Amino acid sequence: MKFASRLVQHQVAPGDRYRPTSTPIYQTATFEQEHADHFGEYDYSRSGNPTRKVLEELIAKLEGGTHGYVFSSGMAAITAVARTLRSGDEILADSDLYGGTCRLFTRVLERSGIVARYADAGDLESFARKITPRTRIIYVESPTNPLLRVLNLRALARLAYAHKALLVVDNSLMSPYLQRPLELGADVVLHSATKFLCGHADVTGGAVVVKDAKLAEDIYFLQNAEGNALAPFDCFLLQRGIKTLKLRVDEQQRNAQALAEFLAADPRVSRVFYPGLDSHSGHALQLSQASGAGSVLSFTTHSVAAAKAVAERARMFQICVSFGSIHSTISLPGCMSHASVPPEIAAARELPPELVRISVGIEDVGDLMADLKQALPHEVQVVVPACMRLEN
Amino acid sequence: MASPQDFSTLAIHGGRALDAHAGSLLFPLYQTGTFVHDAVGVDKGFSYSRVSNPTVDALEKAIAALEGTAHALCFRTGLAAETALFFTLLRPGDHVVLSEVLYGGTIRLFRQILEPFGVRASFADSSCAANVEAAITTETKLVFIETPANPVLRLTDIAAVAEITRRHGVLLAVDNTFLTPLLQRPLELGADISVLSTTKYIDGHNATVGGSVATNDDALAERLGLIRKTLGSIQAPFEAWLTLQGLRTLPVRLAAHCQNAQTVAEWLELHPAVARVYYPGLDTFPQSELARRQQSAGGGMISFELDEPYTTAIEVLNSVQLCSRAESLGGVETLITHPASTTHVDVPIETRQHLGISDGLIRLSVGLESPADIIADLEQAFIAAGCTTAQEAANEVR
Repeated sequence: MKFASRLVQHQVAPGDRYRPTSTPIYQTATFEQEHADHFGEYDYSRSGNPTRKVLEELIAKLEGGTHGYVFSSGMAAITAVARTLRSGDEILADSDLYGGTCRLFTRVLERSGIVARYADAGDLESFARKITPRTRIIYVESPTNPLLRVLNLRALARLAYAHKALLVVDNSLMSPYLQRPLELGADVVLHSATKFLCGHADVTGGAVVVKDAKLAEDIYFLQNAEGNALAPFDCFLLQRGIKTLKLRVDEQQRNAQALAEFLAADPRVSRVFYPGLDSHSGHALQLSQASGAGSVLSFTTHSVAAAKAVAERARMFQICVSFGSIHSTISLPGCMSHASVPPEIAAARELPPELVRISVGIEDVGDLMADLKQALPHEVQVVVPACMRLEN
Repeated sequence: MASPQDFSTLAIHGGRALDAHAGSLLFPLYQTGTFVHDAVGVDKGFSYSRVSNPTVDALEKAIAALEGTAHALCFRTGLAAETALFFTLLRPGDHVVLSEVLYGGTIRLFRQILEPFGVRASFADSSCAANVEAAITTETKLVFIETPANPVLRLTDIAAVAEITRRHGVLLAVDNTFLTPLLQRPLELGADISVLSTTKYIDGHNATVGGSVATNDDALAERLGLIRKTLGSIQAPFEAWLTLQGLRTLPVRLAAHCQNAQTVAEWLELHPAVARVYYPGLDTFPQSELARRQQSAGGGMISFELDEPYTTAIEVLNSVQLCSRAESLGGVETLITHPASTTHVDVPIETRQHLGISDGLIRLSVGLESPADIIADLEQAFIAAGCTTAQEAANEVR
């Protein structure tokens, strides 16, 4: 079955006697048992819930994995994977990471004696030199957020395999429709399901997909032991969102390509970061490992004040953290989603303060273009804005 | 008519108000029965959720934006919307003209509720506007039509009927469920009222049931609101919220439904086991000229007739694996029905034949799966039912 069909035609209610076309929401904490000494498939919703199971199996299949687990947020999903490590183990991560991930690695995991190192995974040779015998996880996003650097996932998978480490890929920016890291050799795929999987900005959730039964067992153990699984109602909404994943992503990507081309030609914009542009250094690599460039892009203006002005003057792009929904959004990563990146790492990452990130929705592309055109300022007073410190 | 491009933006932003309280990107779900008053007799526009509710109001603004009307009111179901509309407009002794090809639930509403209440109804073949005029009497208050009509997709020329109703001082209501305001604009063609079962394409995910009535007539909208609060048939807040979320992707979904339906209809038309295909997007569709004039695409619904009898059609339905045997339409999944044995089983055989609902008629609500998969499923079902052989299927020129 083709991908578009698989999104719609999955078992929404396996075994349900009424055969509904929509998954029932089992909004229950516990399940009555027939016998006192042995339990049925479900006993307690923290351990397992029918609504959640349908979603987990769907996401696992879409990613080409064998087991999927959903969590109450993307960070909870990342945490579950990180929890498989023990004191003394190391994570080697690409230097361009989501701020929340960076904060988890440096400020939380270090309390348990886990060491996180960062290096440019785009430079495979020097990245490989950072691997030590204690490295258990190689952790990347591709394309990276917010600079849209494209990393060679096949090569990173080979590198991880050679060093008996796991390659963990955060695929939130792409979704399984555009990129399936497990098929490229990765061991674990992570999602902030809040983004494209949901698509409607009405769920906060996360997912882990693996293709190894033993690793799956460990993730399930942690999901149950720590109690971070996604709630039944959110599971229902997420499934509902997934049904239109292809339509949304196709439309958003078409719009993003047009906006990227428009921005690249506008003199008020100094640089555009979007792998869908021929001029992007990762363009060919992106198309070799994904079927599209997605719909998140970033660009720099000539000053921080101009970047702030664009975000505030845009009327169709809401100033919001998060991305991937049908609504277009705009943010200044340096002040918002990546504010939790420690300054020394931010400097090393060369995250320009005048960077503007947009997540392109499914509105009419002409409307979006006209809006950016009016929002980009011609002249800007040189005032350094008080950066909003939004910790997410 | 608003262009398809306009709709993409309208579906996302139409009627959208920022939640002033917390700045939430999405409108909040006000799952509340009642609202606290600032002082005696002073509220902020909402006092009791049977009368109105902010979340339902947000959905109504979004639907009104798509319909291009001043007002839209939402109801628990499509039939609740029709019931409220009829009780708003009709009194005992009044007369209504209805399309003869009409959703069975609307017919039942007239036969079981409105006729005993003293409203008289005539059914006319509205595909010829003159038949509507012939049925109008001095007591006629309303003409109610459905186009394309379920299940043989018979079309009614809305502008031609509107010219007649205007001349006779009668209101015209159009059930636009099959096409939605994105593909057909009843009010711009002269109708006074547009009715939708939002259960179908507006929600689009088979997750809710609901209905709406849209109009530019301020007095009618006010009276409809009074009837709704009296009958207690307003949409529930959570259903409204889910429907609103569904509506945001209506333009992209509908475009894909139409494209898939066109592909499947063209395949069916060339299939040796298929005697006839009813799809407004085909050049061979009997009313294709009207379809091109009145609707901007063919929609997502197809009906087709098999050469073979009743039992074979049932066998085809029992053999499908991808398509679901389920009533309703307009959702992401492809649904297949056999009207003669299900939705129209109570209709006398002579009436069925007169309406074109033959024993071999099958209706498809084409979903968002890959059209190649839908076609492959139908092909294997045709083979399993014995209406074609695998060899014939292999020989077909695609």
